[in-house]
Amino acid sequence: MTRETLLNIVLFAILPTTALVAFALDEPFIITLATKAAILALAGVGLNIALGLGGLVSFGHAAFFGLGGYAMGILASHAQSYTPLMETPFLIEGTKSMLVIWGVAIVASALAALAIGALSLRTTGVYFIMITLAFGQMLYYFAISWPAYGGEDGLSIYVRNDFPGLNTLDPIQFFAIAFGILAIVLFGAGRLAKARFGLALSAARQNAERVETVGLTPFRLRLVAFVISGAVTGLAGALFADLNRFVSPTMFSWHTSGEIMVFVILGGVGRLFGPVAGAALYILLEHTLGGLSEFWHVYLGLLLLLVVLFARGGLIGTIAGREVAHD
Amino acid sequence: MSTILLIEQVLNGLQFGVMLFLMAAGLTLIFGVMGLINLAHGSLYMVGAFAAAAVAGWTGSFALALVAALAASATAGALVELLVIRRLYDRDHLDQVLATFALILIFSEGTRWLFGSFPLFLDVPAALAGPIMLPGGILYPLYRLVIIGVGLLVAAGVFWLIAKTRIGIQIRAGEADREMIAALGIDISKLYTMVFALGAALAGLAGALVGAIQSVQVGMGEPVLILAFVVIVIGGIGSIKGALVGSILVGLTDTLGGVLLPPLFATFMPASSATSVGSAVASMAIYILMVGVLLFKPSGLFGGK
Repeated sequence: MTRETLLNIVLFAILPTTALVAFALDEPFIITLATKAAILALAGVGLNIALGLGGLVSFGHAAFFGLGGYAMGILASHAQSYTPLMETPFLIEGTKSMLVIWGVAIVASALAALAIGALSLRTTGVYFIMITLAFGQMLYYFAISWPAYGGEDGLSIYVRNDFPGLNTLDPIQFFAIAFGILAIVLFGAGRLAKARFGLALSAARQNAERVETVGLTPFRLRLVAFVISGAVTGLAGALFADLNRFVSPTMFSWHTSGEIMVFVILGGVGRLFGPVAGAALYILLEHTLGGLSEFWHVYLGLLLLLVVLFARGGLIGTIAGREVAHD
Repeated sequence: MSTILLIEQVLNGLQFGVMLFLMAAGLTLIFGVMGLINLAHGSLYMVGAFAAAAVAGWTGSFALALVAALAASATAGALVELLVIRRLYDRDHLDQVLATFALILIFSEGTRWLFGSFPLFLDVPAALAGPIMLPGGILYPLYRLVIIGVGLLVAAGVFWLIAKTRIGIQIRAGEADREMIAALGIDISKLYTMVFALGAALAGLAGALVGAIQSVQVGMGEPVLILAFVVIVIGGIGSIKGALVGSILVGLTDTLGGVLLPPLFATFMPASSATSVGSAVASMAIYILMVGVLLFKPSGLFGGK
């Protein structure tokens, strides 16, 4: 067993252990923090598929996070007010079912990722960073100026959506849902990285010309990766909206894109558990530093700066050492 | 829509575009010469605006405020370059994005710490306050007209600097081949600090000038920063000419889109929904413009390769 595998097991156990201890001590707020970390980690795992595996520096993943959030907000607000979403040409009702909402969030963000990816992947390097940023901002301003769903103020949902057999308003049960999804997606992302598709994608990141020479199309590989990545982040957005029972255009803002990227980098780019470590650390910092000073972002900024300048490879890279190509 | 209103809006768009140019010129120079994406450029804009507002508050002089804005943002730029940015030149873009994102957090929260969360106000100097009558009977605020003039003058100055002076030649040579110009005995790291400080000073000037029209507050640089990115992507990264054309295009599209699109949609939609659809589309217009440009020219209008 390598040190990274060992570390991964520890990281995987951190969130449920925290939640269970908090449950035993009757500290629902801590459980909610663990849930938030799990959901943000999920968003990071999504971005990491594009960023770590595909080398696509997307600075617009807030677009998918926000779309997932609004999928939840729009469907649940219609169910809440008993008004149909659409009557012509056929009737679409709102819903309070999490499973349906997740499906809609995944499909909506995957379609958006397909469109954004197909346009953005024509460019590379800085242009790619900028154009993904611009798409995110486009949706942000759209959400602000579109009055039907709360505009700038956002949308509140009074009761958390339903999941068959569970009481989602109970913090520990909602944590179980969020962590369960994170575990499934982590497993899937781990398999993806080792599958033929993942290997081809990594190869396209390292040397696109060679991949082309063996008859694969880097553009197509990257587009598929971008769509999967967007869909996972969209699912995280739906969960995040359900956690807060609130959606607002902030979910689309470029700060959100930056923060999702920060989770990935703090933990370690391209490491399967990087986003988990990053999101957990972020929440921990937010909670502890936020308690010390109102201006905790200054410290976060300094820490981030130090990680980028001196601790390349993030938390996992620092503890577990260099990445091994085969294990 | 009356012609007078249209001309006013074109002037507003021009004023906006010229201010964007001051931001975009620095960004594109820094990218062109050092190959660095600087997200913290918006923070330098904010530093300029805050320095101007603080000095104007103490002394009451707008001219001193402008000098303070230039000095503060250039100093902040040079410091940031020496302490942080210098280590990022040979890193990949991801590291640059993150490190400068971290700088934004530090600058924004630090400013909030120093000045509080409430916006400051910077008054338009008395000599420039009030409207002026333009030919054709258009009343237009004199200050905005002066901003357009100052912006165009600075743009001309930057073009002159790049095209005609020794420093400009060194900057262009640095863009083309940084090893070679170092080998020719030019202190490349001093040149880099200078370019960065110059870009920062332009951003600070823009912040101070715009600060007199809008309020001076934390986070004011970020919307402008993103628009400046859109500008340099449209114009082609590294091209000053592209930055100028892109700025004017974005300024006009953004201003005119908000005025013209809602009535345009009203021609084929019910008036109530036309306003919301029109303004929603107008808020996205510049991004649609950018996507359109990139579809036909993936490296921008004036970008190389």
